[in-house]
Amino acid sequence: MSLKLQTDRHFVVSGIVVLVLLTIVIKLFYIQVIDSRYKFSAQNNVLRYVTQYPVRGLIYDRNGKLLVSNKVVYDLLVVKRLVKSFDTTEFANLLDISTDQVREAFTSLKKQRGYSSRKAMVLLKQLPVDVCNRFREQLFRYPGFELQPRTVRKYERHIAAHMLGYVGEVDENTINNNSYYQLGDYIGISGLEKTYEKELRGKKGVNIYMVDVHNRIKGPYENGKFDSVAVEGKNLETTIDADLQEYGEKLMVNKIGSIVAIDPKTGEVLAMVTSPSYDPSLLVGRERAQNFMQLQTDSLKPIFNRSIMALYPPGSTFKVVNALIGLQEGIVHPYTQYSCAGGYTVGRGVGCHIHRSPINLTEAIEMSCNTYFCHVFRNIIDNPEYGSVEEGLNVWRKHVESFGYGHKLGIDLPNELGGIVPSTSFYDKYFRKGGWSSLTIISLAIGQGELSATPLQMANLVSTIANRGYYLTPHIVKSIGDSLSIDEKFSQMHRTTIDSVWYNYVIEGMDMAVNCEPGGGGTARIAALPNIRICGKTGTSQNPHGKDHSVFFAFAPKDDPKIAISVYVENAGFGATWAAPIASLMIEKYLTDSISRPYLENYILQANLLNRRGKTK
Amino acid sequence: MERRSKLLSNLDWTTVFIYILLVLMGWLNIYAAVYSDEHSSIFDFSQRYGKQLIWIGFAFLLAIIVLFSDARIYSGFAYVFYILIILALFATLMFGKVVNASKSWIQVGSFAIQPAEFAKIATILALAKVMGRYNFKLNSFKSYVVAGFIAFFPALIILMQNDMGSALVFGSLIIVFFREGLPGWLLAFFAFLVMLFIFTLVFSTSAIMVTLLLLAGIVFVVIGGKLKAYARLLGIVLGVGVVLYFGSQIFSWKIPFNYIFIIPILVGIVAALIKAIASRSRIVFYSALFLLVSVGLSLSTDYVFEHVLDVHHQKRINDLLGIESDPLGWGYNVNQSKIAIGSGGFLGKGYLQGTQTKFNFVPEQSTDFIFCTVGEEWGFIGSFVVILLFAILLLRLLKIAERQRETFSRIYGYGVVSIMFFHVAINIGMTIGLVPVIGIPLPFFSYGGSSLWSFTLMVFILLKLDSDRYGALG
Ligand SMILES: [Zn+2]
Repeated sequence: MSLKLQTDRHFVVSGIVVLVLLTIVIKLFYIQVIDSRYKFSAQNNVLRYVTQYPVRGLIYDRNGKLLVSNKVVYDLLVVKRLVKSFDTTEFANLLDISTDQVREAFTSLKKQRGYSSRKAMVLLKQLPVDVCNRFREQLFRYPGFELQPRTVRKYERHIAAHMLGYVGEVDENTINNNSYYQLGDYIGISGLEKTYEKELRGKKGVNIYMVDVHNRIKGPYENGKFDSVAVEGKNLETTIDADLQEYGEKLMVNKIGSIVAIDPKTGEVLAMVTSPSYDPSLLVGRERAQNFMQLQTDSLKPIFNRSIMALYPPGSTFKVVNALIGLQEGIVHPYTQYSCAGGYTVGRGVGCHIHRSPINLTEAIEMSCNTYFCHVFRNIIDNPEYGSVEEGLNVWRKHVESFGYGHKLGIDLPNELGGIVPSTSFYDKYFRKGGWSSLTIISLAIGQGELSATPLQMANLVSTIANRGYYLTPHIVKSIGDSLSIDEKFSQMHRTTIDSVWYNYVIEGMDMAVNCEPGGGGTARIAALPNIRICGKTGTSQNPHGKDHSVFFAFAPKDDPKIAISVYVENAGFGATWAAPIASLMIEKYLTDSISRPYLENYILQANLLNRRGKTK
Repeated sequence: MERRSKLLSNLDWTTVFIYILLVLMGWLNIYAAVYSDEHSSIFDFSQRYGKQLIWIGFAFLLAIIVLFSDARIYSGFAYVFYILIILALFATLMFGKVVNASKSWIQVGSFAIQPAEFAKIATILALAKVMGRYNFKLNSFKSYVVAGFIAFFPALIILMQNDMGSALVFGSLIIVFFREGLPGWLLAFFAFLVMLFIFTLVFSTSAIMVTLLLLAGIVFVVIGGKLKAYARLLGIVLGVGVVLYFGSQIFSWKIPFNYIFIIPILVGIVAALIKAIASRSRIVFYSALFLLVSVGLSLSTDYVFEHVLDVHHQKRINDLLGIESDPLGWGYNVNQSKIAIGSGGFLGKGYLQGTQTKFNFVPEQSTDFIFCTVGEEWGFIGSFVVILLFAILLLRLLKIAERQRETFSRIYGYGVVSIMFFHVAINIGMTIGLVPVIGIPLPFFSYGGSSLWSFTLMVFILLKLDSDRYGALG
């Protein structure tokens, strides 16, 4: 590089530095001296940004009944610098709080992020309307204070707390990661409020005012050129039948468990009951934090959404799946008979109850024979066509997963769990490679063992059977705002790996389980209804921590299914005792909107099945 | 004794004087930014201005230590420093603390330091060492790769920490490359690409394509290509375009609209390249290559924007370019900052008299937005003086760099200037809405120890090398 070139470059770099800094100086001169937009401040005025909070979208049930609306509350704001001394007791009385609370509010005021004695800061949150009306009349005596309207949730029916979810203030983490939210904003924290937060929240607006030193508004800044209008949130129409939901919650009082009802043709969730539940209005307003703590520490876990998060073994209800897989794989025929003399005796053995023998596949489902399905299951796994137990289990697993097991179904609620379908690698780890056979894992034959699913997956399974081989992803929202379309994934058909013809034999068995003659051996005759043909299957899900869970799933009517339902009652014993009558009442309620068996209803309503945990059967 | 007096007489006192002036002005502004009636003692160490006094004390101590150190260690241990800082950056990436969504702080006892600040010094030392070897020349592909790696590898790790501001700072080292022989047209091309990136975000890709094509045509014709050849090329391009357009209309080919422009242009460029190689025409070759790179860049802009930048940065850029307006979100900060500076007027409101900067209307007002306080309280006059001081300092440091006899010292000096210049221009630029907000501090002004110490070290190492420039020969 020549010396001249070097000197040149020194000057080029110096030139760039000077030029860039000169540009900055020119721009500074422009905004500080020429542009008059910023001169308002010469009169010591300041700008005030007043957020316009949009109204959150409403939530309706499938028949247009309002579930969630909004009510107005007020935040009390204060510009600390303008406050004149006042009588604390009088002030507290006016606001219906204690003097300690007033003092506490003032001390924590200064710890707020971005605190300034010249800015309007929130002193007290969510004061009820009547208190504020009283306070507003006296507002002139308290310079520096003002009331800002906010809207919070109001629950028209005190149901479906888990599904609806709740709204609360955004946390720091969300604020840092999403520039829409600011301190003090509300956000959907669980349930539909969370899934559909974007649609429900609308869009905030802002008004910018010029304010003088005495906090008096002088008018909009730049004639409102920089203002933006708030956009209301969109309404949600859900698939829930509010009356059915309410009835389900009533039936489940004093019981632990879940009911999920689905319309099999559309995948629309009709009811989703989790028990114990809580009144959703507990999580609104000033008492929210305290109530939440109380619910959280409750030993019955009322906040836990059992319908989509509790994992139970499906129990005997799962026999229908094994029957279908057996039929599809050709290792069992509808008329194949096995005899049962009180149990399956190979290996550790699996017991059975007393029933006639030998029986065919349909009868085996009707009577829920363990022996029959041990034969079926072992024949699937040990089918010589696959060559090994491992391959057998893989084939079986692939079929099971096609029923929506072992993975999340993708319902429009947060925190759904996917359940477990054990794989070869699981057993290789659990025992050792080659250290297990169809006999070791025989409990899968009757839906026990390492298999688990959520009540939602169970309802989806029976919905699949009702449809004779397919399901639509269960969902809760039918339409958003004015648009009638929802996410495409909810209208996609998921076919199982089982041919449609085989379903009829299984459905026949489920029909007989409910509707056979007295003494015919049906396990769920208690669920039968005179005018509606219900097809169902009981189950008893073994529970290492206490009495077995009572399980039942069913759909109805048989020839034109309109409802598919699963019921779990924890620690309640046989499926027929509790779960079956509850399902039957729900079906009747939904299809006929009346109850013809008050004695059955009473029997359920009066039962208290809490405090049964830990006791052995 | 003799050595010491030599140090004092050789020391560039102008720089030292400006440095002290800037640090003190900076502290006065932090005091003003945090000032409120409730805390007034300047030695209140629970307040930021109190803490900053401690940081300043340490900074002066560091400056003195550097001045009395042996100048040879900076060249001798350059690589060691570099490797140590790379390790520190990785450690931060793994064990660091997340502040404002970036993982760039490491906790040492009750101190939190930001290794990225010190990575700047280590990087320019190592770069100076590599490029200062007496047989090193910036003229081969290999030399660019080696020097480029040294300069930009730390930026890559810092980018992984999600601290885009600090990573971008390293881009300023292109000035060092320019001084050491990077062809001028490459620097211009680099600037052109940055501009193209911005234009592509504002205008539609198709518009950019057509403009580029016309531009290349004009350049081609002016530089001496044949009009006839260009017309023929344009014919090919238009022909392919027409075929694609009617094809998509008649046979309903699923071609995105942009591609109806892009595909013919690419075909044209390839045709031009082939012809250029065949006829050994360098001008055609270079203009076609230029076009190819430009098209590629403007095509990848959307991708980079959507996938590489995170939501914060997208918003900031959108807001700056006027594509999206969000006065409650990021726009709020810049709006407030401009209002604060603008309200200062010509003479300012007077020290401690600001209303916008105090009382928390401006966010981050003692760190990244410290210049708001300058603008509001000291007015245009004050802002001008601060910028003038920075200008004098930068030009002075450039002069110092140029008078070095050792290449190592000169390159190091240019590194210091590049980095400081980038910080000053971007930081002040963002407070007045000239550039997007990327969180980097204003040297000597912003609150915080790491930044102050690193700039102090940077400047005083250069002063030490400078005072030693005769001694090194003897
Ligand atoms: Zn049996």
